[in-house]
This record gives sequence, C-alpha cells and structure tokens, in this order.
Amino acid sequence: MGFDYEKYIRPGKLPHIWCPGCGHGIVMKGLIRAIDALALDRDMTAIVSGIGCASRLPGYLDFCTLHTTHGRGVAFATGIKMAKPGMNVICVGGDGDGVAIGGNHFIHACRRNIDMTYLIMNNHIYGMTGGQFSPTTPFGARASTTPYGNPDPPFDIARLAIGAGATFVARGTAFHASQIDKLLVEAIRHKGFSVVEILDSCPTTFGRKNKFKSVIEMMNHLKEIAVPVAAADKMSAEQLQGKVLTGVLHREDKPEYVEEYGRLVERVRESMEG
Amino acid sequence: MSNKVAFLQGNEACAHGAIYAGCRFFAGYPITPSTEVAEVLSNELPRVGGAFIQMEDEIAAMAAVIGASLTGMKALTATSGPGFSLKQENIGYACITEVPCVIINVMRGGPSTGMPTGPSQSDVMQAKWGTHGDHPAICLVPASVQELFTETVRAFNLAEKYRTPVTVMPDEIVGHMRERIVFPEPGELEVINRTLPSVGPGEYKPYDTRFGDVPPLASFGSGYRFHVTGLNKAEDGFPTTRADLVQAEEERQVRKVEKAIDDIVTYEEYLLDDAEIAVVAFGAISRSARFAVNEARKRGIRAGLFRIITYWPFPERQIRALGQRVKAIITPEMNLGMTIHEVRRCVEGRAPVSGIFRVDGEPINPAQILAGIQEVR
Repeated sequence: MGFDYEKYIRPGKLPHIWCPGCGHGIVMKGLIRAIDALALDRDMTAIVSGIGCASRLPGYLDFCTLHTTHGRGVAFATGIKMAKPGMNVICVGGDGDGVAIGGNHFIHACRRNIDMTYLIMNNHIYGMTGGQFSPTTPFGARASTTPYGNPDPPFDIARLAIGAGATFVARGTAFHASQIDKLLVEAIRHKGFSVVEILDSCPTTFGRKNKFKSVIEMMNHLKEIAVPVAAADKMSAEQLQGKVLTGVLHREDKPEYVEEYGRLVERVRESMEG
Repeated sequence: MSNKVAFLQGNEACAHGAIYAGCRFFAGYPITPSTEVAEVLSNELPRVGGAFIQMEDEIAAMAAVIGASLTGMKALTATSGPGFSLKQENIGYACITEVPCVIINVMRGGPSTGMPTGPSQSDVMQAKWGTHGDHPAICLVPASVQELFTETVRAFNLAEKYRTPVTVMPDEIVGHMRERIVFPEPGELEVINRTLPSVGPGEYKPYDTRFGDVPPLASFGSGYRFHVTGLNKAEDGFPTTRADLVQAEEERQVRKVEKAIDDIVTYEEYLLDDAEIAVVAFGAISRSARFAVNEARKRGIRAGLFRIITYWPFPERQIRALGQRVKAIITPEMNLGMTIHEVRRCVEGRAPVSGIFRVDGEPINPAQILAGIQEVR
C-alpha cells in the first residue's frame, strides 16, 4: 500500500500550477510525509508562503494556510508564532522570494532563532515571471535578464542561514526525494529556527536557457552535484569542486525566541504580584 | 467613581488606548515621531500577558501584525511617513484579505526623510490611496491627547467590526504634546470584538457573504482550517480569476465601509449654526482654527469651525451641506493643499474654498487663520 497523500490535499485544488518536470511537487510530497510522520495537529499547523511558484504550495494543503506578499512570509509567520506559540509554523518559498526580496526577513528570523521551519525550494531562477536570474543563479548562467551570462555571484543559502544564526540547517535535492521528508522531520522537531534548502529544477525557464536537453538531464545534474556531508570528509578539495553538500549541515542549541519571551512575560508578571 | 487622571504625551495616551481596546500584540520599528508608542507598549504588553516585538523593518512589522491578528489577537503597529510608505504593501494585503489591524501614523514632514521632528498633515491622501488597487480606507485624525486615546479605541472597534485595517493619524504636534487625560474606566468606552463564525469548520468560508458584507473571521489555531491569499479570491478564500467573482468581491470590500459611513464618520461642529465663514480643519490645526474663530467672533465676524475627526471616509454629506449654507470655506492644513480638494469636490462650487498651507515644520497659527477669515469676509 502506498502512502496516502490525498488526506492532506484540499479537495478540488489539484492539478497544481507547476510545469511538467518541476521539482516542487516532489518537495511538497516530502513535506506531506514529514508532517504525517510527526503526526502534527492540522488545526494547530500554519503553512505560510510569500510569492512565486513555490509559494503556491500552501493552497493545496489542508492546514491553516497563508499566502502572503513577496518575500514577507517569514515576517507574517513570526507574528503567528509570537501570538500563538502553540502553533507549528512552517514557511515555504523559493530562492528569489526568500533571499532576494525577503533576504532581510530571512536573516533576522535566523538571528532570532524563532521556532519555525523554513523550507526553501531553490531552483536558481524566478520561474513565475518567466525566468529572470535570482540571487542563487550561478555566475555566468543564462536567464531572460542575463542574455550575456549572469554577472552576479550567487548566494549559498545554507551558509547564509548558518552565518545569520539559524540553529538547524539542512540541504537536499529534488532528486533525492526520500531524503526530503527525513530532513524536514528533523527540522520541524528542532527547537528553534530551522532552514531546509532543497535544490530544485526549473526545466521551463532555467533548463531551456542553460542547455539542459531534458528534465531527466536536469534531475541527473542534481544527483551528480550532491555529496552527503559524511562522504565529503573523505574527499579532496579537487573532488569537491562543483559539488554541493547535502544532509544536516548545522545543528546547535540556543535559546528559542518565543520561549524566552514567554519567560520575560512571566518574570514581569511575577514582579507585579510581588 | 473617580477616574484616574494623568498628564500624558499623545503617543503615550495612544499606547494606553490600545491596551484599553484589548490590543495584545505590537510589532514595530523605531521611527520619529512615533517611537513612544512602541516604547510604552514594550513596557505595558508583557504586564497584560501580551507580546511586543521589534521587527527588522517597517514591512516586517506590518506583516507580523497581520499574522498575529489572524490568530484572533488585536494587533497594532506605529510609524511615521517613511515607514507608512513601506507599510503600504502589506496594508493592501490586510485590505484584500480583510484582516483587522490598526496602524498609527504620526505625521511628520515629507516627502522622503523630510523633517522627522516637524509636524505635518501631508499623509492624508496616502491613507486612502497609498496602497495600489481599489480598497476601503478608514482614517481617524484626533486633535488632543484625550482624543488620541479614545480614537485609538475606536480604531480597534472599527477594524474589528468591519474586518479592515484602520489608520490613526495624529500630526506630530498631537503625538508629542502633553495634556491632561482622564482615563476611562473599564466598560466606560465600548470595546468591539470581531464576529467569529457561527458555523462549524466544515461549513466555514472566510468570505461567506451569506453573513453580510462583513463575513465572520475565524482564527488560526481555533479548529478552523482555511486559506488566506493576497490574490483575488472567491468566497471560499481560494484564488480565482473568474470575472464575476472578482468583481463581486472587490465591490463588496469597498461597499462594506462606504455603506457604513454614518456609523464611521465623526466630526465636530463649532459655532456653525449662524456661520457665514467656515473653517474646515483637523488635528493640531483645528485648535488654532478654534482660537481664530473665537477671535473673529469678537470682531463681529460670524465664523465657525468644522473639525474633521474621521478623515476617511470623508464627511462628504456634511461638507456638502456646509457649502450650501456658508459664504466661504477656508481649509488651513499642514500640507500644500489636500483637504481643500476633497472639500471642493463635496461643495461642488456652491461656496468658494480657499486654503492656508504650510509645510515649513511650523504649525499654522491662529493669527494666520484669522487673517484668512478676514480676507474672505
């Protein structure tokens, strides 16, 4: 018997908007499996997003869902978590949404270490608007606004998250589908701000402009560049050239924001009584 | 019963008004001349079990307020011109998703950084037209410390009642001046809470017009699972591009405030019964105007004051009637002419309307207004 995704999908909301060959559907299935594995209370789970292809994900799922403005998902989510700490809050979105227009919200959510999970589907392009380069488009790559090759150096989202103070950071790919839910389970369980970056593919805009002949070729590319963290230890710098580390990249325990604020409130109220 | 009396700054009164109204969440970003609202609430909210958060920017503060309100909490942010500009994106989001919230905008000079410590009344058009697209607007312009308290309470009431963002816009003078304030006792002022759904989660739709133009709003985390999006949506909350549904939803959102105009619009008429000359003013300048009107009366000029308290929806019917019974109208305002256009639109040429405009960071004083009255006499 296969896994029953249907019970988490809102009736009548499929088919989704994603193009054939897009990895977002694979990621959504991974998220559903993770939520199922953790048996999260659906009434007490908010899934929040910004704008873009990936940000359409919440609409398909039967939870408290909030599709917000471009890049602001994490800021809306912060309000939800602060106002109702008992809720599980999961934020989803793409690379442009998360680290370009939403970059400021992203780094500050990492710094605060507020207890939520941010799932970033990184397909290295603005897909919804037709394939403009994003802050994760590789140097030299073609996009509809880099007809002569991308002059911008890209962000490494996972390293950005670690640098900004996120206490759990993991990376996977849309090819390694069975790893996605495992990473998300650990991320959601983690107390603090957790970031899961899933390298994804956009055959429609990125693939077409960058000489990927097929969806399969793009998926194979994800397979080829991924190196599990454990395996990377045994590899030389030369062997790691052009590779991307996958798995849990960072984990630490630090005071969680909402819990700390709760303590502050308790302290203030006790001093009022005393 | 003896009410507590205090000597407070306008911004401080605003913060206490918010607490009185049941506000339990504040997200903000430091900006002159509104910062005291945040400072007081950072102190007061933990004491009442609420939450205060200083966000990374103005945009995030507006976003967090909407997120908090969706969990059922009354939520507030406070800002000034440059921050008000930044918030417009998510104010539009609150309009289309119909999430109640209150925004305090203490008006300072502009455009851009302008004069951060100087007073202004130049954001009144932004309060209606600042965010893109058609949307309702409610904007209150108090003129005293006491009124900043009571209008903040009323702002929450209107936000909750009509499921929409409400802006309270004291000018910097009203925000920063200190006056005597009499704290209303609990229960003395009406406090309205949003209507929660009367149907179960299975039947609930976030924009269900069976319940009228202001459909009940469920809270996240209360057993109701629903979708909220900034896309044009149907009654069920999910995006749609169906022409008839989009048209109906857009019209309802604007109509819900427009048809409630008599419930929302407030104003004060001072010595207008026999007036030949009417001064239309609001905020700090209405105080200069009142003084000027008194001085004019002493000189045998029949002048009166129409004080705008609710700027949006604009008191159209009242101003139209005013235009029919006075010989001239004067609009003194700390901008280069905004209210004058609204007044002219309402008066439709029935009376000449002239303005006194000042944007140098100084208030329009009574002498200036008196001179204006004498000129049009």
